Amino acid sequence: MQNLSFKQISSGIIVLILLILFPFAFPKPFPQHVMILVFMFGMTGVAWNIMGGYAGMFSFGQVAFFGIGAYTSSFLLITYHINPWLGLVVGGLIAALVGAAIGYPCSNLRGHYFAIASIAFGEIVRTHFNNWKLIGAAEGMTLPMLSESFKNFMFHSSKLPYYYIILAFLILSLGVCHFVATSKMGYYFRAIKESHDVAKVLGIHVVAYRLIAIMISAFLTAMAGTFYAQYVLYLDPESVLILPISVQIVLIAMLGGASSVMGPVIGAAILMPVSEITRVLLGHKGTGVDMMIYGALITLISVYQPKGVWGLFSNIGKRAK
Amino acid sequence: MKKTPFLEVDRVTKRFGGLLANDRIDFTVEEGEIVSIIGPNGAGKSTLFNCVTGFYRPNSGKISFMGQEMTHYRADQICKMGVARTFQIVQIISDMIALDNVVTGALLRFNKIRPAVEKAEEVLRFTGLIEKKGLLPTELTIADKKRLEVSMALATQPRLLMLDESMAGLTRVELREMIDLIKKIREIGITLVVVEHVMEAVMEISDRVIVLNSGKKIMEGTPQQVVVNREVIQAYLGEKYHVVSP
Repeated sequence: MQNLSFKQISSGIIVLILLILFPFAFPKPFPQHVMILVFMFGMTGVAWNIMGGYAGMFSFGQVAFFGIGAYTSSFLLITYHINPWLGLVVGGLIAALVGAAIGYPCSNLRGHYFAIASIAFGEIVRTHFNNWKLIGAAEGMTLPMLSESFKNFMFHSSKLPYYYIILAFLILSLGVCHFVATSKMGYYFRAIKESHDVAKVLGIHVVAYRLIAIMISAFLTAMAGTFYAQYVLYLDPESVLILPISVQIVLIAMLGGASSVMGPVIGAAILMPVSEITRVLLGHKGTGVDMMIYGALITLISVYQPKGVWGLFSNIGKRAK
Repeated sequence: MKKTPFLEVDRVTKRFGGLLANDRIDFTVEEGEIVSIIGPNGAGKSTLFNCVTGFYRPNSGKISFMGQEMTHYRADQICKMGVARTFQIVQIISDMIALDNVVTGALLRFNKIRPAVEKAEEVLRFTGLIEKKGLLPTELTIADKKRLEVSMALATQPRLLMLDESMAGLTRVELREMIDLIKKIREIGITLVVVEHVMEAVMEISDRVIVLNSGKKIMEGTPQQVVVNREVIQAYLGEKYHVVSP
């Protein structure tokens, strides 16, 4: 839990410059699309990590926050013509409040029990949205075509603006996660992850800090949801509220390395291209192949490097010294 | 006028189903004292500890600290009031180095990391663990883990420290060090309540001893009074216990 070293900051800046230049080196839509997914799922992985990696709440219900974000901004845009940027903030707040409302009665649940409750939460939200006429039920919603502008959060001629917006979102999430990890909150989250007893005995209000972790995580995940809606311009429960998305978010964070700030981004950078490339190469026949590859990767990583790929990097770094 | 006791436990009762773990237990602790609670396994010592520190809610009775009633306070609120504790089974954060464990405790009184680290290092120097501050708990001996747990409790800056069997399983040398540490803690003005089985230590450190048996308080007095009491000998110490007068 130290502050960033000069070496880390300088390598971060180099990576950032490379990412900013990436669309010029690869001007075709597909590589940009894959990178957009990497950033978007990287962001949800970072958000999961605040809750799961640091505070020890293994959530398999993140998709509910993602869906709430996507649906809130889209509904407000379609029905009340409210600007999607405002919708993004409202969606984040609603997701945070829903997270707190469901997190409070789950305050004493830990480990597997929390994971089970979070699956139930995600599934309840999906079922509810699937039958909720006001927001299109199972048919979903199509966003209206607005003129292309940053203000409208909508671009038709190129993926480039989406690329930079989601890159900025990801950097924001990393900033939030770094702040959490190095502040009082980070210490308290880790104590809570270890055991509620040790946290209480150190004077930590366990319920309050757990809710803070859930709310931060929910807000960021909902932001990614709004981004998804603005990017795809169509959403239904099958695309933004299904359990496999929650599982994918957890896998990304675990593969990359939970409880390290950068880990989930590495996880997304490995998993998203695998899933997109198999999808393109194999089409519908290939459904599930990406999951098989994930499965193999996860098995390997949990056997040989439980700290995730990021742990592997930092081990090599330590050995090199 | 009667002086308000530092810690007052007033007819505290705790039952688990049909089992009466604590039956109307009364005692007070004055500031600056070391009070030991002894008794056979299952006497209700740890239950009493848990009631005082907010981990259990007593079914009836009152607990006050420095004149303020705290019977139904949460554990973290009681810690904030200045009552810290350790556990029979050491509770430390396993994926943090020793220093960060203590920093987590120190953060109760600080919002920024830097002053909390300074406080934590001060505590580790006091408890003699400063040289091991960079080690993970898995790299520490049992004695050092117990010392670390005491350091974490001290970092919350308590007025009253409650130790639950902090001497169990220690070698003779380690026992000596723990006794010395407890005395040192008293010297800096912290009151102590300890649950302990190691009679040698109880005799040496305690100003007063409270004896529990089957959920009831059966005796209270100086260590010398307690070890010659018939009931205490029968319930706990055993007929063959010989007192070595200090």
